[in-house]
Amino acid sequence: MIRDPKDLKRYEPRERANHWVVGISFILLALSGLAFFHPAFYPLTQLFGGPTWARIIHPYLGVLMAVSFLGLYLRFKHLNKMTPADKEWLSKAQNMIDGNDHDMPEQGKYNGGQKVMFWAMAICMLLMTVSGIFIWRAWFGLPVELVRLGAVVHAAAGAVMIGLIMVHVYAAIWVKGTIRAMWYGTVTRGWAKQHHRGWYRQVTGK
Amino acid sequence: MALQSLDIKQRSATTTPSTQVRETIEIAKLIDVSACIGCKACQVACSEWNDIRDEVGNCHGVYDNPMDLTAKSWTVMRFTEVEQNNKLEWLIRKDGCMHCSDPGCLKACPAPGAIIQYSNGIVDFHQENCIGCGYCVTGCPFNVPRISKEDSKAYKCSLCSDRVAVNQAPACAKACPTGAIQFGSKEDMKDYAAKRVTDLKERGYEQAGLYDPQGVGGTHVMYVLHHADKPDLYAGLPANPSISPLVSLWKGFAKPLATLALAGVALGSLFHYVTKGPNEVSKEIEDEIEAEDKEGAK
Repeated sequence: MIRDPKDLKRYEPRERANHWVVGISFILLALSGLAFFHPAFYPLTQLFGGPTWARIIHPYLGVLMAVSFLGLYLRFKHLNKMTPADKEWLSKAQNMIDGNDHDMPEQGKYNGGQKVMFWAMAICMLLMTVSGIFIWRAWFGLPVELVRLGAVVHAAAGAVMIGLIMVHVYAAIWVKGTIRAMWYGTVTRGWAKQHHRGWYRQVTGK
Repeated sequence: MALQSLDIKQRSATTTPSTQVRETIEIAKLIDVSACIGCKACQVACSEWNDIRDEVGNCHGVYDNPMDLTAKSWTVMRFTEVEQNNKLEWLIRKDGCMHCSDPGCLKACPAPGAIIQYSNGIVDFHQENCIGCGYCVTGCPFNVPRISKEDSKAYKCSLCSDRVAVNQAPACAKACPTGAIQFGSKEDMKDYAAKRVTDLKERGYEQAGLYDPQGVGGTHVMYVLHHADKPDLYAGLPANPSISPLVSLWKGFAKPLATLALAGVALGSLFHYVTKGPNEVSKEIEDEIEAEDKEGAK
């Protein structure tokens, strides 16, 4: 891909690297976690050197994801404050899904949908981390009632999170010109003007 | 260890039926607490037959030794001193796996075939398939399975499935000098228990009865208790054990539904793309940017 010097910088290298650490750890966690979620997914343990290795590795990957997500959270939380324009965007989200984005309100760096995703992920990450500690028997021996609660919360929050990430990934595939922001950190001016006009004005001064 | 010579009725983390064609009789071990003298021959016989030696521990000033079940002590005698009817009573209960008809451990286990239930009622751990997650401990209403610190596998009483498979009574029953541990078909054990209960009632234990808790579908280790109305007296034997609703929620219908929902999100995304098409930058905006560039070049 030839990059135009007039492209707009959306992410710094350290932000992209942080996102990739979260992304890789999430994929490995989802695959190993699903293996214990339902027997239908148990063969996925073979990707991790067998079922016992999958059981051993999974929580350490969880620690990596929790720490790296905390990095993303601290970097981006100030950009994800909900505004009235976001609420208006959300109320018109159906039009967007139907493929008609002409009368959507002007959005800053992130739109209302992305902000909802950000906060939903933050809540799920917190639930996953705390409940994961509850059920990590190799290091923690908590009362069985807490372990039972932890197991339910971990499974439920995990399923929700996998669903959210599916939506997150699909949105990036659907909106053309988005994925390069994750690779190179830049987007075209046209992309910014169409999808995040407020941010476009802010960075170009137009 | 799973045995080919016994029919497997249920298998952990397996969604299709196990062998159902042959019906074998249900067996049971009956522990008559009122006849137990606390000699611990059962503990020794268990250690002998299974060829497992637990570490020699310390004396804690009580008769219990070891103090708790471990990966190497699959049965322990629990001694309790209580006052009932203005008399001191020394209650001795042999603790260990109850071999539930509806086993919480098997329900919770994520590893296919790590826990199996034979058609005779024995619930057995197959350590070869165990991954050491401890979900069986989470599922058990009696706090029985123990994870070994040496190999991270789960262990518990097998009801001597290897002996039962060749028509032998479990080692503990064989060793018991007072006949407090009986073994046979579940029906026979219930009949035997009924006689013992009648006898105890005649001797003034009006609340004597059989402990075969229905919350877990009945068990294949049953107790005759002098105070069947207060099982809690016997070192915290639960009065109405059942699989925790949290475990049922965790392992029940929610997961297949969640799996379907996730498949729905994946397929929904695909068909959204196919029917609505990609969201591309509009021609209008591209032209505007191009015009700006031309303006700038002038």
